[in-house]
Amino acid sequence: MKKKLLGTLVCIAMVSSMLVGCGSTAATEAPATEAPATEEAAPTADAATEAATEEAAAPAADGELIKVGIINNDPNESGYRTANDKDMKNMFTEENGYEASFAYSLKNDEQITAAQKFIQDGVDYLLLSAADTAGWDSVLQDAADAGVRVILFDRTIDADESLYEASIVSDMAKEGETAVEWLKSQGLDEYNVIHIQGVMGSAAQKGRSGALDAAGFNIVTQQTAEWNAEKAQQIVQSVIDSGESFNVIYAENDDMAKGAVAALDKANISHGVGKDVIVMGFDCNKWALEELLAQNWNYDGQCNPFQASYIDSIIKDIQRGKAMTEKTIIMDEKGFDATTITQEDVDNYGI
Amino acid sequence: MQTKKANKLTVSELFGKLLSQQIFIPIAALLLLAIFNLIADPSFYKITYGINSAGAPVLSGYLMTILDYGSELAILAVGMTLVTAASGGQDISVGATIAIAGSVILRVLCGTNSRPDTLQAPIIVAFLVACVVAMIFGAFNGVLVAYFKIQPMVATLILFTAGRSIAAWINNNELPIISDPVFSYFGGFIPGIPIPTPFFIAAAVVAVAALALKFTNLGLYTQAVGINESSSRLNGLNPAFIKFLSFVILGLCVAVAALIKVSRLSSINYSVIAKDIEMDAILAVALGGNALSGGKFNLTASIMGAYVIQFLTTTLYKFNVQSDALPAYKAVVVIFLVVISSSVVRDYLRNIGSKISKKGVA
Repeated sequence: MKKKLLGTLVCIAMVSSMLVGCGSTAATEAPATEAPATEEAAPTADAATEAATEEAAAPAADGELIKVGIINNDPNESGYRTANDKDMKNMFTEENGYEASFAYSLKNDEQITAAQKFIQDGVDYLLLSAADTAGWDSVLQDAADAGVRVILFDRTIDADESLYEASIVSDMAKEGETAVEWLKSQGLDEYNVIHIQGVMGSAAQKGRSGALDAAGFNIVTQQTAEWNAEKAQQIVQSVIDSGESFNVIYAENDDMAKGAVAALDKANISHGVGKDVIVMGFDCNKWALEELLAQNWNYDGQCNPFQASYIDSIIKDIQRGKAMTEKTIIMDEKGFDATTITQEDVDNYGI
Repeated sequence: MQTKKANKLTVSELFGKLLSQQIFIPIAALLLLAIFNLIADPSFYKITYGINSAGAPVLSGYLMTILDYGSELAILAVGMTLVTAASGGQDISVGATIAIAGSVILRVLCGTNSRPDTLQAPIIVAFLVACVVAMIFGAFNGVLVAYFKIQPMVATLILFTAGRSIAAWINNNELPIISDPVFSYFGGFIPGIPIPTPFFIAAAVVAVAALALKFTNLGLYTQAVGINESSSRLNGLNPAFIKFLSFVILGLCVAVAALIKVSRLSSINYSVIAKDIEMDAILAVALGGNALSGGKFNLTASIMGAYVIQFLTTTLYKFNVQSDALPAYKAVVVIFLVVISSSVVRDYLRNIGSKISKKGVA
């Protein structure tokens, strides 16, 4: 009797643990199967919404769709990347004369594998935002041999210029300079700056830090918060605890500025237009621009994720046989001042 | 003569006892840091009384910062100690699970609109849902470890890798922002109370854990399973269930920590929220002198360990140490601890100790 009971219990336990096991693996596998599905569905789904907004379709000379392979970083990486990916998907649709395939990875080797696959598939253009600057020479040579034209966007690579048609990038140093010029124009009696840096060595950090370092302000503290709001909050908290005075927070992205502001709020230090502390951020997230609109922050520098229209015009030029004048194309980027920003700016430039 | 000998023995015995006490390690570390700060800059201990931007009275200063920011870690240390003791391994997915639980809280509060003017559900409901979700994820880890006998670090590697993406999907990869000031109380101050709320939450968690250990057999059973699984089975315990339970309890701790984390900023960033906090939680357990291979544990020591880590972090921030260098300093602490607690060093110290006491007798 006892044995029987034990047997049944064991059976139930095994079945239930199997069920639990199955349930959980299904949950973790779901993303893997979901990702490609959305990629395939995206162009057609976007097509409907895009038809109204986009200019008249410009099919290739022979009336066929232009095949493009797009290799990007993981859209979940940041708000910038999400906006960038959405922009690409909206532009490269069948209505606009493109047949697009997408591949995402934050790893260079996976991106290279994807590039090789696209070349084998015989795409006309390879659009690339490389995860790492090195290691692209041979695969780009393969692309050139196969007659695939390469256009870089957002990130540059260490390869010979002849291997790609064009590179569309943000000038991070210029973003920093625009911000620092704006700060200088505020005409404060003294500048005591808390400088919160991004991940050290990243292009955005180097460009945005470089401009501030050159400006010669009094830097109260200069710390990397690694794009992390919590760390920024602790860094500013530490300065507040030490009792040192400061009147500018120069955070190299919006998240870190938000963390810094949380620390200010806790300590009753006023910030924003006409207040004790000037708050500066970068990237123009929509919520950050709304803070500007509410005059809680003072400045936000743009890092333009909308490269698709630039790429589109380059491809059209190449199709028409027009020669490129410049290999490197730097996008227009703005800086927003809380005193002049409008709701329209928030809607147009917020990411 | 007789009494003198006895005296000497008790002194060395007392010293030996103190050394062998588990809580000695975190207390010594705390004293070391405290003395260092006292010498380097006594203003470290200054606490000022002020008014925050919501018009409520607050205490501020480095010590308050430590109490404030160390709280999440103390809460996690409670759960991590139990997991370590029962399974002899660590859960490295707590940071990712915090992202999931935090995302759930915001999802419930916001509904489908990522920037609501009013909360779509009471905060307590959101928190309870997050507790359930975090406990389910804890149970997932627990099943893998307890029933499938997978090494804890490998089993939890699954969520460590996938967790932040899951967190992003819960909110359709949007970044919800809560504007209701009540929500910020959990990571800030309740109006009228000048001590940061996270400290009270941590105290409540610790109190509940202490009561549970005192009035149930959880502590005893956990230690029994950790020390020797088969002998505990022979004594009528169910080792798999105890292990499973410890992971579920850690899930609950994670949900509480997640509430504090998302409340601090009233928002979430999936890729960086509670980044590397699992390493700090494990370090807190190690700093508490608990054997990372399982068995006996001391909850008080782990919690002390958590605040010591925050003490160290705050001290380093104060001296403007680059924050990307912080892990290096923590690593030094880890190396020191691991070496000290290794059996080779312990035997060596014991030998020296017995030689000294022998000399004393002679």
